[in-house]
Amino acid sequence: MATQVVMEALSPTMEEGRLVEWKKQPGDTIVVGDVLAEVETDKAVMELVARVGGVLLGHLVPAGTIVPTAEGVAWIGAAGDAMPGAVARAVTPDAPLAAGAGATNAASAASAAPTSGVVATDLVGAGSAPAASTSAAAGTLPVTASPGALKASPLARKMATEQGLDLRAIAGTGPDGRIIQRDIEAALVGGTAPRLGAPAAVVAPPAPARRVTTDGPGYEDIPLSQIRKTIAARLVQSIGPIPTFYLTADVDMERVAELRALLPPEPKVTFNDIILKSVANALAQHPECNAWWQGEHGTIRRWHDVHLAVAVAIEEGLITPVIRHADRLSLREIATASRDLVARAKARKLSPAEYTGSTFSVSNLGMLGIDEFTAIINPPEAGILAIGRIEPKPVVYDGTVQVRRRLRITLSCDHRVIDGAVGARFLQTLVRMLENPLALVW
Amino acid sequence: MAVITYRDALNQALREEMHHDTSVFLMGEEVAVYQGAYKVSRGLLDEFGPMRVVDTPITELGFAGLGVGAAMVGLKPVIEFMTWNFALLAIDQIVNSAAKMRYMSGGQVPMSIVFRGPGGSALQLGAQHSQSFESWYAHIPGLKVVMPATPADAKGLLKAAIRDPDPVVFIEGEMLYNTKGEVPDGEHIVPIGKADIKRAGRDVTIICHSKTVPIALKAAEQLAADDVDAEVIDLRTIRPLDVPTILASVAKTHRCVVAEEGWHFCGIGAQVVDEIQKAIFDDLDAPVLRVTGADVPMPYNKHLEKASKVDVAKIIAAVNTVCYRS
Repeated sequence: MATQVVMEALSPTMEEGRLVEWKKQPGDTIVVGDVLAEVETDKAVMELVARVGGVLLGHLVPAGTIVPTAEGVAWIGAAGDAMPGAVARAVTPDAPLAAGAGATNAASAASAAPTSGVVATDLVGAGSAPAASTSAAAGTLPVTASPGALKASPLARKMATEQGLDLRAIAGTGPDGRIIQRDIEAALVGGTAPRLGAPAAVVAPPAPARRVTTDGPGYEDIPLSQIRKTIAARLVQSIGPIPTFYLTADVDMERVAELRALLPPEPKVTFNDIILKSVANALAQHPECNAWWQGEHGTIRRWHDVHLAVAVAIEEGLITPVIRHADRLSLREIATASRDLVARAKARKLSPAEYTGSTFSVSNLGMLGIDEFTAIINPPEAGILAIGRIEPKPVVYDGTVQVRRRLRITLSCDHRVIDGAVGARFLQTLVRMLENPLALVW
Repeated sequence: MAVITYRDALNQALREEMHHDTSVFLMGEEVAVYQGAYKVSRGLLDEFGPMRVVDTPITELGFAGLGVGAAMVGLKPVIEFMTWNFALLAIDQIVNSAAKMRYMSGGQVPMSIVFRGPGGSALQLGAQHSQSFESWYAHIPGLKVVMPATPADAKGLLKAAIRDPDPVVFIEGEMLYNTKGEVPDGEHIVPIGKADIKRAGRDVTIICHSKTVPIALKAAEQLAADDVDAEVIDLRTIRPLDVPTILASVAKTHRCVVAEEGWHFCGIGAQVVDEIQKAIFDDLDAPVLRVTGADVPMPYNKHLEKASKVDVAKIIAAVNTVCYRS
C-alpha cells in the first residue's frame, strides 16, 4: 500500500511551505528518516523527513512550489507500485461496478494503482471530483491528503483536542502512520504542530542537563481573581486586546563597562549578555513578571524558570531564539548560548524547539543607534524589555555634572498580568543590578 | 503469615467453614475415604464424619442434583467435581436448576451452593480433559464464577463462596494445587467481585486470571528488564467482573493485553475488551489485544500442547505490539 507524503507543519505557525529542493527522486529507495526534501517555512529552511520506508513512487509537486500543510507532495510505496492516480478519486462509492469499468477505461497506470488508505477514504466525499488523465511518469498529480483518512488512536485524538493541536500536521509513527500517544508528546515537546484555537501550551521547555533538580511542570497556574478579571476586561475595552503600558528607566552603565573590561576576551561577553543575565536574575526575583496570560483558562501561568527570548533581526524579518533557564546559567554560559543562537538564527538553522516556549522577551536596538523605544509584547508573555544604546551623557552624579555611560530601557507590560507598581519594582531591581553588577555573582 | 500450598489453603477454607456453619457439607467422587483426587479434602472425613463428607458414585448429574436439592432446603453443599471437564454431565443442574431457583421462586427457595474443582489443562490429559469452561458459566445470569490464582486468594475466596447466598462456580487449577504462597493467619476472606492488582505498572495493563496470572507476572518481570512497566491485574472473580479496577488501570496505562487459558472465541477477554472500549475508548492508544489458547481441541502431543497454550513469549509479543515496540 502506498503512503502519501504530506507537507508537514515544521514550525508552530507554519501554514504552508515552499518545497525548495527535492533530495530524493522517483525510484529512489527510501528508509525511514531519510531527508526527502528541503522546505522553507515561515521561519527557517527545514528538512522534510520520510516517515515510512519503500520506494519513492513520484513527486506531486516540482521544486519551488508552495504547498499548504497537510497536502500531499509525494508517494512512497513498494517497488513496482504505480503512483496512486487521481482517476480513483472520480469513483463514486455507491457505484462499485461503474468504478471498475472506469478504471479499466483509464490509463493503465491508474488501473494498476495500489490501494491507498488515503485515496480510498477520500472516495466517500469525492463523488464529483473531476477525472484527470493519469500518467505515473509525469509525477504531478494534484492528489491531496484527505482529513478523513487521518489515523490516530483515540487517546491521541483526545490529547490533541485537549492541547489544541492540529492532528493533520502530526506525523504518525504507529502502523500505517497511525498517530499515537508518543507522536503527540513529541509534537508537544518539539512544538512542531500548529495549534487550533486555545494557546494553552503545556510545553515545559527542555531543561539543560546541569543544575536541574526540580520535578513537576516548571510553572504554577494562578487562578484569576475577580479583581484581575475586572482589570483585564476594562483595560481591554480601553486599549486593544493586550492593554500595554510602558515603564522607562535610565541606567548608569559605568560599572558594567568597568566590569566588562576586566573579563577575559573569550568567550566575548557583550553588554547585551550582561543585560540578559541581569534580566533573568531580576525575573527570578519577580516571578509575577515571568508569566503568561491565559485568560481563556482563567489563569495566569507563573513560570518557575526563566526562558528568555532574544529578538534577532534576520533578512526576512525577526526571530526570537530562547535561552532556556537563563536564570540558572552563568554569564559565560549566557554569552556562549546567545552567540550560538543568534548565529544559527541568522543562518535560519534553528529548530522550532529553540524559538518557542519563552517566558519573557528582550529586544535590543542599541546597536542600530536607537536611544530608546517601546517593544511589542509577544503573547502569551506578559512583558518585553526594550534596550536602547549605551551612550556617554552629562548627568548629575555625586553632586556634580559628569559624563557617564547611560542606557535607557523600557519595559512593556501586559496590564492584565503586571500592574504598574509590580512592573516598576521589577525594573528597579534590574536597574540596581546593572548599576551594581557584582549582584551577578551573588 | 504461613507459607502453604494452594491445595492446603482450600483445605483450610473447607475445614474452617465446616466448623463455622454446620449446614456446610462436602460431596463428590473420592472426597471422603480417598481424601480427594487432589487431596484437597485431606483429614476432613476423620474430622467431620461421613454425614458431612460424602463419597458419591461416578454420577455427576446425580450428585450435582442432590446438592441442588440440599441447597433448596437450606443446607450449604460444596460439590466437588474431579475436574470441570466431568461437570459437563452436570451442567443441566448447574445452569437450569441452581442458577435459576432463587429467581424463579421469587427468592423463596435458597440456593447457597458451591461447585468446585480444577479447570483447564494440566499436562497431556488430551482434548477431552484440558478445557476451560469459565466463559460458559460466566454467560449465565444467576451464577457467580470465581477463579483464584494464589493460595491466599484460594482460601479467602472459597470461604466467601461458601458463605455466599448464590450458587458459585469455583474453578481451581490442577497445576496450581502445588504452588505455595503466603496466606494470612486467622480469618481470611476475600470478597467476591474484586480484582487484585498483582503488580503495579504504568505502561501497559495485562489482565489475566487463574493459571495465566503467574505467566503474566513472569512476562511483566522480563518486560521490566526491557524498560516496559506492566501492571498485572488478576480478575479473581470472572462474574461479577470488577470493571472499575480494569478501567482505572487501562485509563492510566492506555494500553491493554488480556490473557486467558481458554479459547479465543467468546472468551472472557472478549467481555473485558467490550467493557474497556465502551467506557474509556478515548483513553486507548492501541487496540486491546488478547492472548488465548489456540483455537483447537487440546493436542495430546507434548510439543503441540505446549504450542497451543498461553506462554510468557506470547504475552510479551502482544505487549510489544500494543506498545508499538517492534
